[in-house]
Amino acid sequence: MIEVRRLTKRYGETIAVDDLSFQVLPGRVTGFLGPNGAGKSTTMRVILGLDAPNAGTATVKGTPYGRHRFPAREVGALLDAMALHPGRSARAHLWSLAQSNRISRSRVDEVLDLVGLTDVARRRVGPFSLGMKQRLGIAAALLGDPEVLLFDEPVTGLDPEGIVWIRGLFHRLAADGRTVFVSSHLMSEMALTAQHLIVIGRGKLIADDTSDNIVAGGSTTVLVRSPRADELSALLARAGGSIGSDNGALSVTNLDAAAIGDLAAQHGIALHELTPQHASLEEVFFELTGDQVQYRAASPEGGPTSSPSPTAHEVPR
Amino acid sequence: MTATPAPTAPAPFATRESGGRGGTLLLPAVMRSEWTKLRSVRSTIWSLFATFVITVGFGALFCLAYVSRYDRLGLRERLTFDPTAQSLRGIFLAQLAIGVLGVLVISAEYATGLIRPTLTAVPQRRTVLAAKAIVFGVVALVVTEVGVFAAFAAGQAVLAGKNLGVGIGDPHVLRAVLGAGVYLTIIGLLGLALATIIRRTAGAIATLVGLVLIAPLLAQALPSPWNSDVTKFLPTGVSTGLGAALFGVRPDSSRFSPGVALLLLVAWVVVGFAVAAFTISRRDA
Repeated sequence: MIEVRRLTKRYGETIAVDDLSFQVLPGRVTGFLGPNGAGKSTTMRVILGLDAPNAGTATVKGTPYGRHRFPAREVGALLDAMALHPGRSARAHLWSLAQSNRISRSRVDEVLDLVGLTDVARRRVGPFSLGMKQRLGIAAALLGDPEVLLFDEPVTGLDPEGIVWIRGLFHRLAADGRTVFVSSHLMSEMALTAQHLIVIGRGKLIADDTSDNIVAGGSTTVLVRSPRADELSALLARAGGSIGSDNGALSVTNLDAAAIGDLAAQHGIALHELTPQHASLEEVFFELTGDQVQYRAASPEGGPTSSPSPTAHEVPR
Repeated sequence: MTATPAPTAPAPFATRESGGRGGTLLLPAVMRSEWTKLRSVRSTIWSLFATFVITVGFGALFCLAYVSRYDRLGLRERLTFDPTAQSLRGIFLAQLAIGVLGVLVISAEYATGLIRPTLTAVPQRRTVLAAKAIVFGVVALVVTEVGVFAAFAAGQAVLAGKNLGVGIGDPHVLRAVLGAGVYLTIIGLLGLALATIIRRTAGAIATLVGLVLIAPLLAQALPSPWNSDVTKFLPTGVSTGLGAALFGVRPDSSRFSPGVALLLLVAWVVVGFAVAAFTISRRDA
């Protein structure tokens, strides 16, 4: 279990994490979501004792990280897959980490096998693809067979096959009863991977709930097609619905499908389609974090775009 | 650590545990880890090879140059000639090679970000620093001592052509040769301490070069008597000034005795690592 209590971390004038509290429980995959710059990586660095908080505490298995004598046996972490010496072989890299925590050489070969890097174990890691480096990072996290695992954006750079593999791995680890904490800015990925979500924006907690509840809490829109769309649109607006247009159809919020159908029937308007659409996790996420996005591309009209720029990169601290 | 029979699934964590915890010492484990890191990259091999080649090669070259000039030298120059120091003059350049390796031992981790996995695996940061210093220090001492003894042997062989050579058993000679290796090792350790404080390869190398090569020149420009006072306390001045105390054989009243010189060099390293230990513990990684 990971416990973060009233954590605040500032870098000069910037508040990266602002009075943040949450728990990550064992036995399930917990997603850690937020736009780029929301404070996810900072929070993870504080949990791992790399950065000192300005206020608050973070504990792993009830103990501050730095108090674990051989922490790799308690906590495995992948923060940055690129953090490798390019001239060192995959095996030597893992072996050096294993030795400091008195982990056996056979375990090194075991985790290399687990992530599918046995064939390249003796090669220098410099020319490895990002996907291979991610696998190596995951191998390093699993070295000590830890009960608690943290992964910062582990999916980045993996090919589709790798993504399916890592999703299965996380589920297996959680099914073992381990605590699995995975950060991502990709909601679609987290929707498939995490059973529980902690959402933050600008260092503050926005949501801490099961994925299902978070999706259910999002607004529902109803897609309506009718040959008399203009007429219907006016009626729906009078009834309190807010109307958008979606590719020739009306996209109605604030009214449910039944109310729309009844209203149309009362006025003898034919409907060709009436489809309730649950917001995807992605859309809920934008609703939740809409005003929290720090870096976004300006849209051509000058207004904010509906999604954070996918190319914006988290500022390394 | 129990190994699971099935390599495709991690061991259930409930079955391992127990081992480790109290009783086992951390420092030896971290030293083994640092030893693996040091020997698994080529820059280590190249830096050590360069240190050795420069020490021996330039030492022999300086002796060769002296021998070729010898017939044209005046009596005064012949009388002040120190055959031991001449064969060890390669260390003026070799100190840069070993210093760069000392810097890289930690700056490469800051440059690649590897310092974070390192400090995540071992949150006891001063233990990490100590392990790096011990492992690098021992490796550097072995290589540089082999280098200076080889340089001495090569240099004296060259000088023997004019019957100028000395033997390792002659007064103060053994101490001087040993001292030269100690000096090189200490410069390497200073590089490691500086890189821990500065965290940038280029910045640390520049600072080290400034300290060992440029500071003595600047100090010379100070008004007397500060120029000689400052110069003699700099690492190079402590050990390599005119009639060097540590690895020259000729006593010089303006310099320190070999024992004091050694203590002063050790003091440089102690101060460097005290600051390094402070900064590595205090700063965010």
